[in-house]
Amino acid sequence: MQQFISEKGLVVPIDRSNIDTDQIIPKQYLKSIKRTGFGVNLFDDWRYLDPGEPGMDHSARRINPDFVLNDSKFNGATLLMARDNFGCGSSREHAPWALVEYGFRAVIAESYADIFYNNSFKNGLLPVVLAAKELEYLFDKSLGDLPLELMVDLPSQTVKGPDGFETRFEIDSFRKTCLLDGLDEIGLSLAEADGIRAYENTQRQRTPWLF
Amino acid sequence: MSGRTLYDKLWDSHLVSQRDDGSALIYIDRHLLHEVTSPQAFEGLSLAGRKPWRLDANLATVDHNVPTTNQAAGVAAISDPVSRLQISTLDDNCDELGITQFKMADLRAGIVHVIGPEQGATLPGMTVVCGDSHTATHGAFGALAHGIGTSEVEHVLATQCLVTKKMKNMLVTVTGPLGLGVTAKDVILSIIGQIGTAGGTGHAIEFAGEGIQSLSMEGRMTVCNMAIEAGAPVGLIAVDQTTIDYVEGRPFAPKNEDWLRAVEVWADLASDSNAVFDTEITIDGGLIEPQVTWGTNPEMVTGIKGAVPNPAGIVDPIQRGSIERALNYMGLKGGQSIESIQLDRVFIGSCTNSRIEDLRAAAKVVEGKRVSDSLIQAIVVPGSGLVKAQAEKEGLDQIFRAAGFEWRDPGCSMCLAMNADKLGRGEHCASTSNRNFEGRQGAGGRSHLVSPAMAAAAAIAGHFVDVREWI
Repeated sequence: MQQFISEKGLVVPIDRSNIDTDQIIPKQYLKSIKRTGFGVNLFDDWRYLDPGEPGMDHSARRINPDFVLNDSKFNGATLLMARDNFGCGSSREHAPWALVEYGFRAVIAESYADIFYNNSFKNGLLPVVLAAKELEYLFDKSLGDLPLELMVDLPSQTVKGPDGFETRFEIDSFRKTCLLDGLDEIGLSLAEADGIRAYENTQRQRTPWLF
Repeated sequence: MSGRTLYDKLWDSHLVSQRDDGSALIYIDRHLLHEVTSPQAFEGLSLAGRKPWRLDANLATVDHNVPTTNQAAGVAAISDPVSRLQISTLDDNCDELGITQFKMADLRAGIVHVIGPEQGATLPGMTVVCGDSHTATHGAFGALAHGIGTSEVEHVLATQCLVTKKMKNMLVTVTGPLGLGVTAKDVILSIIGQIGTAGGTGHAIEFAGEGIQSLSMEGRMTVCNMAIEAGAPVGLIAVDQTTIDYVEGRPFAPKNEDWLRAVEVWADLASDSNAVFDTEITIDGGLIEPQVTWGTNPEMVTGIKGAVPNPAGIVDPIQRGSIERALNYMGLKGGQSIESIQLDRVFIGSCTNSRIEDLRAAAKVVEGKRVSDSLIQAIVVPGSGLVKAQAEKEGLDQIFRAAGFEWRDPGCSMCLAMNADKLGRGEHCASTSNRNFEGRQGAGGRSHLVSPAMAAAAAIAGHFVDVREWI
């Protein structure tokens, strides 16, 4: 698993609620059998004016100048900010793959859909939850001529910004440890192989039709 | 001491270990696989030199990406090379490892959430996972079922377990009886309309009450299928005689002595009367009307006699903005009646509504009538080869064809438009599927979620109509 400790970077503000995974990475790109190649199609329907298909030269497509991600002042941004229920919809892990490949290391939002939230950790993408009030303040700050820069720090669970902005966010301790250490979850679970076998032996007696 | 909920019981009976850091390892009885979210997991497994922990817990099929025409011609005949490679990759992975798979054109193949229950591969009391968010469907059997990501698909293949954390319990009680012409789809859309697309986030929702218990297994699957559209990864319904009757005799269901023992064990798959839920909601099922979505997520829904909301009347600026954006995308005006929405295409299918009962309900409305000339296309896509065969045995295909519907081979089809079945830009579709997100059914397409009977009536009229006036 990709490690995450801290990230200082520019923030791309997408001022929307309920950004679903169909928007993050549209379905036609899910035909790929690879884990890579999705960054160029992140937010494809919003980012380009003409329709996209896998295999085409995306650099030749017409860019939507009104979509915030295309604003050159956010070049090199590593943090994405949105409103509530980010990542709702399909379970596609292609969504965090696309975000990470584009260059995002963390998302800041009021809330996340459960499956997306879970998938993010498997890919070293930190989903930070902040209160609506704090997001309101940060969205306000991000509308200026200069992009907002924030520091997201996992060990201290804080987000720091200009003018003394500092806030703490919550995260489960097991998810925090996995991200900080970049742990191999499958390896960790296989270390409990004896326990899994013992469970199977018990259940084989109790519910033999499941085996 | 308070009793346990159905979710508590399923959790307890599958807990392998509770870790100090708050996470837990739970055992997975059934792992369903399909072509879209599995190739990277198989590759990861192979790169790490690992083997599947338990082959017979896995069942695979192709559904998301298959064409719905001429499947009998085989995988080699699929014209899109990217789709063809993805489908043949699942075939190769399953063949190589020895995983049971229903390949394209196998009578038993179809949408993964249709074939699991149809085969008896989904059983009460199981844990079921699949790299697809609509895995919630299987909760209709009193099984703990939810979608997982591809990294977790690899984890389940390698360990037969999932690292997870216990969810909260929510109870949604739907009182009954439901009105005539009101279906499971209307019930779940109405629930989502009331609790919102994030109303169930972090929860396992148990659906209960006469409005739920009176539903067939097909209807219960429709309800649980869309729990995820209310934000809940898990939907659940207690086991009763309807459940047992559906499961009995299916190919993967227990037989003889095992069957008798299983039925005894399954009798406990209901929440204790003194169980405590974190959240409880009661909905008057008698007040639910046939539902139609007007916006770009499933909570943007109203009754057939209703109207599109007027954003000018909304005080909260974020909510107003999201309604304005949705109406702009959908090409609708605030205050416009639902019945005035003109349609371009009609889609009857998807893991929500493609089972035999759904097709019967639609055919009943369509029989002896013609699809409106104003429509570009109306298609029926059965959920599996077996559903298709059963419908043909009953002559439903003839009813649909005679009315001007296209009768297709099974698959996910226009629900997510990964194959050739999709909406054109700006087209309105009455769809029995589960998501009306922007572009979900094709870039620029405008989806309206409805029940099969409502979709059928809309196909005939060319716009939405109240199906209750047709029965």
